[in-house]
Amino acid sequence: MASFAKFGNDLYTGARSINFVGRRKLWYAIAGVMILLSVLLPLARGGFVFGIEFRGGSEFQVAGVADLGQDGPRADAQTLAADTVTGIDAQASPRVSIVGGDSVRVQTEQLLPEESNQVRDALATAFKVDVTSVNASFIGPSWGADITGSAIRALIVFLALAAILMALYFRTWKMSVAAIASLVHDIVITAGVYGALGFEITPSAVIGFLTILGFSLYDTVVVFDKIRENTTEDANSSPRTFAGSVNLAVNQTLVRSINTGVVAALPVAAILFIGAVVLGAGTLRDIALSLFIGIIVGTYSTIFIAAPIYSQLRENEPAILAHSKKLEASRLLSSGK
Amino acid sequence: MARSTPVKKAWRSLAWLLVITAGLTGILAYGVIFDNASWAPKLALDLEGGAQITLAPKLGEGEASPSSEQLDQAVAIIRQRIDASGVSEAEIATQGAANIVVSIPGTPDEETLRRIESSAKLEFRPVIFTDVAATSAVGSTATPAPTAGATPTPTSSLATTSTAAPTDASDPNWVSPALFDEYTNFDCATLDTANTNVAPEGEPLITCEAAVDGTYTYKYILGPVEVSGDTISDASSGLISNSQGVSTGTWGVFITFNDKGTREFATVTERLSGFDPNSDSRNRFAIVLDGKVISAPTTQAIITDGKPQISGSFTQESSKTLADQLKFGALPISFVVQSNETISATLGASQLNSGIIAGLIGLILVVIYSLFQYRLLGMVTVASLVVAGVLTYLMIAILSWRQGYRLSLAGVAGLIVAIGFTADSFIVYFERIRDELRDGRGLPGSVEAGWKRALRTIFAAKAVNLLSAVVLFVLAVGNVRGFALTLGLTTVIDVLIVILFTHPILQLLASTRFFASGHPLSGLDPNALGAVYRGRAQFRAPVLSAAKSGAGREAAKRQTIAERKAAALTGADTRTGTKPSTDGKDS
Repeated sequence: MASFAKFGNDLYTGARSINFVGRRKLWYAIAGVMILLSVLLPLARGGFVFGIEFRGGSEFQVAGVADLGQDGPRADAQTLAADTVTGIDAQASPRVSIVGGDSVRVQTEQLLPEESNQVRDALATAFKVDVTSVNASFIGPSWGADITGSAIRALIVFLALAAILMALYFRTWKMSVAAIASLVHDIVITAGVYGALGFEITPSAVIGFLTILGFSLYDTVVVFDKIRENTTEDANSSPRTFAGSVNLAVNQTLVRSINTGVVAALPVAAILFIGAVVLGAGTLRDIALSLFIGIIVGTYSTIFIAAPIYSQLRENEPAILAHSKKLEASRLLSSGK
Repeated sequence: MARSTPVKKAWRSLAWLLVITAGLTGILAYGVIFDNASWAPKLALDLEGGAQITLAPKLGEGEASPSSEQLDQAVAIIRQRIDASGVSEAEIATQGAANIVVSIPGTPDEETLRRIESSAKLEFRPVIFTDVAATSAVGSTATPAPTAGATPTPTSSLATTSTAAPTDASDPNWVSPALFDEYTNFDCATLDTANTNVAPEGEPLITCEAAVDGTYTYKYILGPVEVSGDTISDASSGLISNSQGVSTGTWGVFITFNDKGTREFATVTERLSGFDPNSDSRNRFAIVLDGKVISAPTTQAIITDGKPQISGSFTQESSKTLADQLKFGALPISFVVQSNETISATLGASQLNSGIIAGLIGLILVVIYSLFQYRLLGMVTVASLVVAGVLTYLMIAILSWRQGYRLSLAGVAGLIVAIGFTADSFIVYFERIRDELRDGRGLPGSVEAGWKRALRTIFAAKAVNLLSAVVLFVLAVGNVRGFALTLGLTTVIDVLIVILFTHPILQLLASTRFFASGHPLSGLDPNALGAVYRGRAQFRAPVLSAAKSGAGREAAKRQTIAERKAAALTGADTRTGTKPSTDGKDS
């Protein structure tokens, strides 16, 4: 632990410095490859898989089931129905509930007509009722186009307002551009991992993506605030170039970034573990996976993408260029001595 | 004494926090004792189940079943209506060819069912004739049986057209002898089956006005629709006040028309106010909802601002329902509740328990990591998280009582994730304090200076989070709103905690010997942090001794201002007891 504190000290004074800004071409290249993979891998798998909430699906209602008591058999009935359906189509991801006192409702992915008939027969056998008491129908999407539409509209408004807020606070629009660029990077990669693993996009996953959006911007603002501090305080009298000041700020906040990343990722890792290993597919796994990837990528991109982009955007401003030239000249002078 | 001020401030902040916590607990306790609140937050559909309401379209004779566009539109409108009644995360979907299934947590009451199913098509029609309803005791208790006399088809003996063509909507010439005969024989008890809600807009309409108890008080012949509900741009509900601005104690709905509606409404009220309100019923303007008259007030003046108010037999609840319905527009088709059954949770207790276990594991991991990184300072993180947890719990319980907020599994996950986001405020703050210590300040000074800088960063970053929460809550619908509420709530509580708990606690700790002396276990050991200033009146050579070597030049270049200041101080200042300037670094 002392060594970690020492690491922090060295980063703070500049005794140890990782060149985040200078090696930006490397980071851009990595980001480029990651983004390309995030687009290509899901495409290779045939695009994103959307859940029943988005596409609609099949619904079966088993009426007149005996022994569906208030407490005990309910859970059993739900497991029985789910197992019956997955026995016919493993990809059906059934959702089971008990409706009224005596019927079982099963919602699944859209099934083919013959599969649908098989499921009807199987459910009838499993619950010991006549096939005619199993009613099959189509259920429309509960996450309809209106929700998606309003969410996208809200997102665009939010990003525009956030960009304005950041531009006002930092007094430069270039920080907004850099922050939004790294945000896009995070979302594309998070969605890409989802698509590449072939996970279904469910409402929970979407909520996870939205959280990532907030986290990514949040993390960038924290680091940018230190950059603002370092670059405005010394400005022209600084012994560092602009890029150097940005790099120092990133290094000085590196311990914070690591600690925050770890602390934010730990609870999510716990949900992911419990969700994926103990419970299997479901809400917890869906939301935790998108969050886990998003937190890691979000923390990473602030350091490796947002800061270098910002530095690059500002480096060619006349005042900053002049300052760098001056420093360069004095460096040459002193080394030539 | 300058020293005692931060300590005093700290106690004041902590007192405020106590007041807020006690206040929230009090509010919730009040709700539990005098209202239907409960100490535990209510759970959403996925964890607790609720009711499944199946809506079937109400079709007239020979009417085609609704198109899928109409159904989608109806789903969207129903969703907005349910959203407006609280954040309950309902699930709404079409089923089969023409039905809509609405699943909502809890047990829906009559008001909720009405909010969902009624089309809420509002029309303004002028009154041509009116009379007391023929049957006085009808309504829910009566069993309306349409008889031949009740809805007579015009017989050949009566002319179906009047002698002269009507000139405007109030013209009695709309009433043909056949229509008048129908009016005379119309039994208000049959109103529900008379399909007045789908009556053509350009024709006169025979209908009735219902009182609070469901009985019909008046029956009317109304002219064609003059202003239609789709010209309403906004609606709200509230207590109606009289011309002196004093509340009359009756509930009403306040409408705002768009430009078209405003114009039309002004034209009509101008014409109607020309009739004598005491002797001519044509002075009255009927407000028709789904084919029934809500009220038919007399027109006292020309309304040109497009903001009429509807009074009638409203309760607080029913006026809000109507306002919400009018705001989001009428359903393209009317529906009727076909079934209303309880539905069990899809996930159930095991999933919730697993989620909570995951949260606890996560919390323990965070505690271990914090202690590892920040030693005893980590305990401050843990304590802050606990206080934040208590406040969040109280707020959620209060919101689920007042706003109908319900905790879904995704919501639980969101709260667990909030642990990380909340802890970040503390990390930012601690790192700032450490930075100040590294610059050679004493602990109390570092806490104050670090706080100033950290607070700025925290405000800026949390403002972005809050912005996303507010925008998503206002603009989005469905599940996204629940998420936005959780995010906004945890963000606000986080900022509150860092100001009213974490900072005061650090101020107090800074005045203790254990922390101020920089005990190695305190997490704020200036020695370990490579500080240039060590305790009272002791300076150590700052870390730029290597400046002469080639690599050292780079390090010197990277030196912070404070370091250079400290270096300058050690070099120039012979008064060794003087601390470095405490505010030199603030921009």
